Amino acid sequence: MSEFRPALRFERRLLSRERGTGIFGKLWQIPWLLVLLLCAVAGIGYVALYSAGGGGVEPYAGRHAIRFGFGLVLMLSIALVDIRLIARFAWVGYVVGVGLLVLVALHGQVGGGAQRWINLGPVQLQPSEFMKIMLVLALASWFHRASWERIGNPLFLVPPIILILLPAALIFRQPNLGTALIICMIGGAVIFAAGVRIWKFALVAVAIGASVPLVYQNLHAYQRARITTFLDPESDPLGAGYNIIQSKIALGSGGFWGKGFLQGTQGHLNFLPEKQTDFIFTMIAEEFGLVGALMTLGILACVVAFGFLVALRSRNHFGRLVAVGLSSNYFLYVFVNIAMVTGTIPVGGVPLPLISHGGSAMLTTMLGFGLLVSAHVHRDVEMAAPRESG
Amino acid sequence: MSRKQREEERVRGIFARRAALLGIGQIGLLGFLAHRLYRLQVEEGERYATLADENRLSARLLAPPRGRVLDRQGLVIAGNQLNWRALLVAEHTTDVAATLETFTRIVPLSDAEKARIEREVRRRRRFVPVTVREFLTWEEMARIELNAPDLPGISVDVGTTRIYPEAEHLAHMVGYVAPPAERDLDGDPLLELPGIRVGRAGVERHHDLALRGRAGAVQLEVNAVGRVIRELDRREGVQGQDVQLSVDAELQKSIRGKIEEGTSIVLMDARNGEVLAMATQPSFDPNLFNSGVSPAQWRQWTANRATPLINKATNGLYAPGSTFKMVVALAGLEARVVTPGERINCPGHMDLGDARFHCWHRAGHGGMDMRAALKHSCDVYFYELAKRVGMDRIAAMARRFGMGVPLEIELPGARPGLVPTREWRQAQGKPWALGDTVVHGIGQGFYQLTPLSLATMTARLATGRAVQPHLTRAIGGRPVRGSRPEDWPSLGIPDAHLRLVRDAMWSVVNEQGGTARTSRLPPETGAQMSGKTGTTQVRRVSREQRERGFRVEQLPREWRPHALFVGFAPHDNPVFAVAVVVEHGTSGSGAAAPLARDVLVEAFQRLRPGPGGMLRVAEASR
Repeated sequence: MSEFRPALRFERRLLSRERGTGIFGKLWQIPWLLVLLLCAVAGIGYVALYSAGGGGVEPYAGRHAIRFGFGLVLMLSIALVDIRLIARFAWVGYVVGVGLLVLVALHGQVGGGAQRWINLGPVQLQPSEFMKIMLVLALASWFHRASWERIGNPLFLVPPIILILLPAALIFRQPNLGTALIICMIGGAVIFAAGVRIWKFALVAVAIGASVPLVYQNLHAYQRARITTFLDPESDPLGAGYNIIQSKIALGSGGFWGKGFLQGTQGHLNFLPEKQTDFIFTMIAEEFGLVGALMTLGILACVVAFGFLVALRSRNHFGRLVAVGLSSNYFLYVFVNIAMVTGTIPVGGVPLPLISHGGSAMLTTMLGFGLLVSAHVHRDVEMAAPRESG
Repeated sequence: MSRKQREEERVRGIFARRAALLGIGQIGLLGFLAHRLYRLQVEEGERYATLADENRLSARLLAPPRGRVLDRQGLVIAGNQLNWRALLVAEHTTDVAATLETFTRIVPLSDAEKARIEREVRRRRRFVPVTVREFLTWEEMARIELNAPDLPGISVDVGTTRIYPEAEHLAHMVGYVAPPAERDLDGDPLLELPGIRVGRAGVERHHDLALRGRAGAVQLEVNAVGRVIRELDRREGVQGQDVQLSVDAELQKSIRGKIEEGTSIVLMDARNGEVLAMATQPSFDPNLFNSGVSPAQWRQWTANRATPLINKATNGLYAPGSTFKMVVALAGLEARVVTPGERINCPGHMDLGDARFHCWHRAGHGGMDMRAALKHSCDVYFYELAKRVGMDRIAAMARRFGMGVPLEIELPGARPGLVPTREWRQAQGKPWALGDTVVHGIGQGFYQLTPLSLATMTARLATGRAVQPHLTRAIGGRPVRGSRPEDWPSLGIPDAHLRLVRDAMWSVVNEQGGTARTSRLPPETGAQMSGKTGTTQVRRVSREQRERGFRVEQLPREWRPHALFVGFAPHDNPVFAVAVVVEHGTSGSGAAAPLARDVLVEAFQRLRPGPGGMLRVAEASR
């Protein structure tokens, strides 16, 4: 904590071009390539939403651009916040996140058969999205303090597992199986990166495998239906399997070059469900073909890869773990969403952040990227792990 | 510090390996998605493109208007008129029964109607509209439109319905139409359209394919809920062709006005077989079949002993009586068993074994040659002639004249009738006796002949050609074969024989002592009729009755003999052939011949055979 000196002179903080110090210095350090990539992703979203809106700025594309603008400001603001400050208040964020999950369980808005939303006047907040980021911070903070020996101690692993399972259980009760699993995977990614031995993961995997039948019995009927229709979508072509079938038809019929901008028949004739949110990628693939789909996928992959590069270049453990966790978070969004619309895994109501229409996911995603950029900006900051003090 | 640095390095190394593993794994999974996209969009792309087209494209059939049926003057005797109807598309409603329930509150439906609708909904594909109710009034239509939000799946459209302006007058020839039954579905997609009708009887049935036309189609782009976005392609159907008949509707109506229940009259153009009128009483109104015949109406028709649904001109079976004698005479001449001048004595009866066969003239005609025997309709002459010729040759001659064989008339179900032969009788396990031949020589016995076949026989007699009776003049404006006399082959009977018989028939009407002397044509027609009367018993007259001085007028009506007459005119250059059957008319000369005269007078007036003998006709317009 000795490096954290708020008493630096204003001019120096403002003008220093030294790494990690001064506002201009920090702005210099911001990875503008990543910002460019994110703008490209949002631009793809704008084009797709323009088409989903029937060829108009209203009702989706315009609002998407405005939200992204706000999101960009939020991201850059957070990027300038010192990572040590973030590490210090990681626990507060985690507690707030869990508190919001409890609140949504008690007073949430029902959406899609589950309590997921908190209505904050103009904004509807989905606490589970916020929770993912706070979990990453909390876990990173925990393992940042750990010495190699302590990581080897099984008892040391109990608190992080509780950190993961508490929000996962709350989200599972909403009920939202998909997000609960994603929470576990993000947590798993951080723990894995922190260096926990592989055989311990194998043990957990076996335990999970053994509990699958038990979990399946406690699944909601609609969750079971999703699994059944995933395994055989044609069994219920007008009911639950309709979304998957129509999405695959839209994707496949796009072919190599696509049907052309605003020419997607599946999307524009409303065969494609929820085309502006969960199935926005289908819209892109139908109108711009394999070419457009792979370009989109490529840019998204670059974003994920960039996150890992940030992690590898960071010299403090907190920054590394935050970067891995947040990159994995974005990767899981991308993977689950595209796997879902291609009929590779069951439909789970996961949007494609920065492309899908929706404010809550956009803001939490940009919050996450803000933290990632902060980790990059402050990659050389020395963070003493307060081993004993806690 | 160095230990700490070492540990730092170690942790950093482990982290770098694991982070790289995670990162590479994640990029690898995204690569897997790329592969999956390639599979869907390139390898299976064509299949999905087809599925996408199936989603958005919807073909709808366009029903062409059914062709009209016209009479020979171009008068519409079967046409189309507008018809507002309510349709139900099953896939646009979640609950067919509930929709029908709501509909009933606006336009009442009977339980039978509801059952029919639900049956059709089950039978047809879910997007095919089913007719709920036809012939809506304007007010009902407006009420349905107003309540449209509460009636999912219901729509109102305007179609056409068949109308028969002449109602019952031509019903037996034109027939009627009805919704297609299961067995009518021949693969023509047109038949699946709501409100479509197929011909069920008469010309409507015989020329159904020509009248029906071919369905057009529009290809539409529809969205997920089936709303039409735009029309992509339109292929017009082929409208049904008009069929022009040879009948004259006005003449037909006028003739029907003259006749009573149980009477059939067939008037033909003797030269080409065109049927000009074919009147029977009673008849039915084919318009009633449009909206479905009520059970009460159906019972009334089927329970009526006068059988209004049956065309007695083609399906009524009668013994020809004396009108058959020309055939026996020609068979005799051809077989050379008699010469025209040979006189056969008629003492009033003929004995054969212990049976005695009476002549209608109990006192006897004395010596009769062929002409006199036909003129006076002497029974004994023809008993003797039949005995000489034999039944086989009589039957063969009858068939050449179109009796007992199927005729080409375009009326489905028309009966060929029966001319008995020895084989036919033996097939029934009964022997054929000489007495049977004798009786059949005067047209009595087992004969079952239709008025149409009697008219055909007369036309062939008058022209010497094997004309076939037919109703069609033109289809779609193109004349059909058979309208010229040269279209028909000769019967192969020597002119001398035919002239002799025709001359005898002339004497029947125009000479003192002929049986139809009172029915000769009035001078203003400028033509003379030739003909032959016939009277056939429907009950055997017992000897006891005969001895008591029996008079037919005393019999109840249904026991009185049928009255028949066949004739042609003008005698020298025949144009018209006519056959009249008056059930229980008592006497051919008294009841049938005057009717034939009246029909011919009217025909001459109305159809005015011109210098070339052509009958008045208007060419059908397409």
